[in-house]
Amino acid sequence: MKGWAPWVIAGAVLVALPFVYQAPYPLHIMVLILIWSFVYTSWSVMGRFGLVSLGHGGFFGIGAYVNALLWNYFHVTPWLGIPVAMVAAVAVALAIAYPCSRFRITGHYFALVTLALSAIVLQVITATRDTTGGSLGYTPESFHGGNSIYALQSTGKQTWYLVALGIWAVGLLIRWRVDRSMLRYALEAIAEDEDAAGAAGVHVTVEKLKITVLSAAMTAFAGAIYCQYQMFISPDTVSGISVSLQMVFAVVVGGIYVLLGPTVGAVITIVLAETLRISFGTAALGWDNVVYGTLLVVFIIFLPQGLLGSAQARWAVARRG
Amino acid sequence: MPDIFDIYLLEALINGVLLGGVLALLALGLNLIFGVIDVVWICYAELVMLGMYGMYYLFSVYHVPYPVAAVLCIAGVGALGLLLHLLVIEPVLGKAPINQLLATGGVLFFLQSAATVMFGIDFRNLGVRLPVLEVHDMFISYARLLAFGAALTGMVAIYLFLSRTYIGTAIRAIAQDRQIMPLMGVDSRRIYLVTSTIGGALAGLAACLLVLQYDVQPFIGLTFGPITFMICVLGGLGNMVGGFVASFVFAEIISVGGLYLDLEWGYVFAFVFFVVMMFVRPRGLLARRL
Repeated sequence: MKGWAPWVIAGAVLVALPFVYQAPYPLHIMVLILIWSFVYTSWSVMGRFGLVSLGHGGFFGIGAYVNALLWNYFHVTPWLGIPVAMVAAVAVALAIAYPCSRFRITGHYFALVTLALSAIVLQVITATRDTTGGSLGYTPESFHGGNSIYALQSTGKQTWYLVALGIWAVGLLIRWRVDRSMLRYALEAIAEDEDAAGAAGVHVTVEKLKITVLSAAMTAFAGAIYCQYQMFISPDTVSGISVSLQMVFAVVVGGIYVLLGPTVGAVITIVLAETLRISFGTAALGWDNVVYGTLLVVFIIFLPQGLLGSAQARWAVARRG
Repeated sequence: MPDIFDIYLLEALINGVLLGGVLALLALGLNLIFGVIDVVWICYAELVMLGMYGMYYLFSVYHVPYPVAAVLCIAGVGALGLLLHLLVIEPVLGKAPINQLLATGGVLFFLQSAATVMFGIDFRNLGVRLPVLEVHDMFISYARLLAFGAALTGMVAIYLFLSRTYIGTAIRAIAQDRQIMPLMGVDSRRIYLVTSTIGGALAGLAACLLVLQYDVQPFIGLTFGPITFMICVLGGLGNMVGGFVASFVFAEIISVGGLYLDLEWGYVFAFVFFVVMMFVRPRGLLARRL
């Protein structure tokens, strides 16, 4: 198998990194980048087939809140709470995706219906403020000083870096597998023309549901992990339309059709936000999103394949001569 | 009065109708743009937010009289609509619909955060408190009555414009068939520009009315935005009559739901109703079943 050596070397460097370089702040940023890369990859798994969901902010929020609420109220370990949260998100995803698919809700309509979903999740979290703390946010109770495998808590940045690295790698693996499966061909056919795909023997609804379930479960998982890492969640940072749009934005900037596109998107957006925050301090409040918004518009107009996507396309052309 | 005519319920119902008027105005603007240009302005409510800030600065800071400020605001947001079309929509017109949606999503991010940078996150209001009308122990604010009346007037004006003028007819024709009309000698670009300006102006009108009832802050768009999209989808995107009906249905759910529980639960009910209706009538309230 040709060309796997660079991957192995890159992987080894990434694993070795926290042992060589231990400054907490850069490690924190890297953990965030890895977790969000996983989230964006989860979104791109279905987004690349024209199923542009603005409901993923909802799944992320469900993952984070179900896990945290189970822990605080019923002392359910996250080892159990995370699967439960994923099942909850999948149930919601099915409840939305099945009728969407049956009734041919696609394109604009699909984006707007799923947008309603993330709005519902945000409103429910805010409305049940007696239980969830509302817009003030919510903190899972610390267990054994915040270091416990049972409670899936750790204060060590190195530990979290390795965990996040593993999760990110699994995310890439899942997307890689999807890219090489029959599911991918079926979904590409559906994205081109649903009727033709159906006539050619593709079960449109089943295939769409498969990818939706996968994507929602991954996103909810990431939400729960994000909650375990940050030990604080608030409705605006884990659910709602802004989070959904943020996912779409990062993926579009990185490149929706390439494996590492969402990762590149995460690196760019997070590094950009942090740089602005450090150089301008609190005066930067809002500036990061001004830049995001402008970039998103510019990318959609001039570089719809994203940075990595365009770079790879150009490289391929250059290599062929 | 009999018990079923609970005075609070009646008050909530009336307030629902009044809220519905403004929502219908917003839905009309969005529907017009979708029907004619076939794009969804995800950032529509953010234009309203900018209009509200415009009103705040004109009225409270520069002491421009309200009617003059309102005219300036409507013209200003109309110009923003035109600008949005020229800068963002025109370059992506032929592209995949989802790219158009995302481009305006980028504009949403931009406007929201630009407002944060420029105006800060403080809540601002005009400092005008219109009197409250009291009928049979029910309290109905003049601000809402005014908003309802102005919204209806605006909608009638648009209706007359679309049905009585030459360019209005051309706009309706484009909405019916985007390919044929250019062949008939209609300059579709000009129609798009006019439509975008009108869509923006409607957002400006809504801003003038909403600023009387709500405090302005950079994220106020998130309060009206999702609900407006849902109304338009529920009514059938591009279907103006459907949007009108759906506005009142939604407003009643929010208003009456908010009466029995918190206002947020009113919104939750409205969203859930929307999702359920999508499955019962995926093509909109007034559409025939497939």
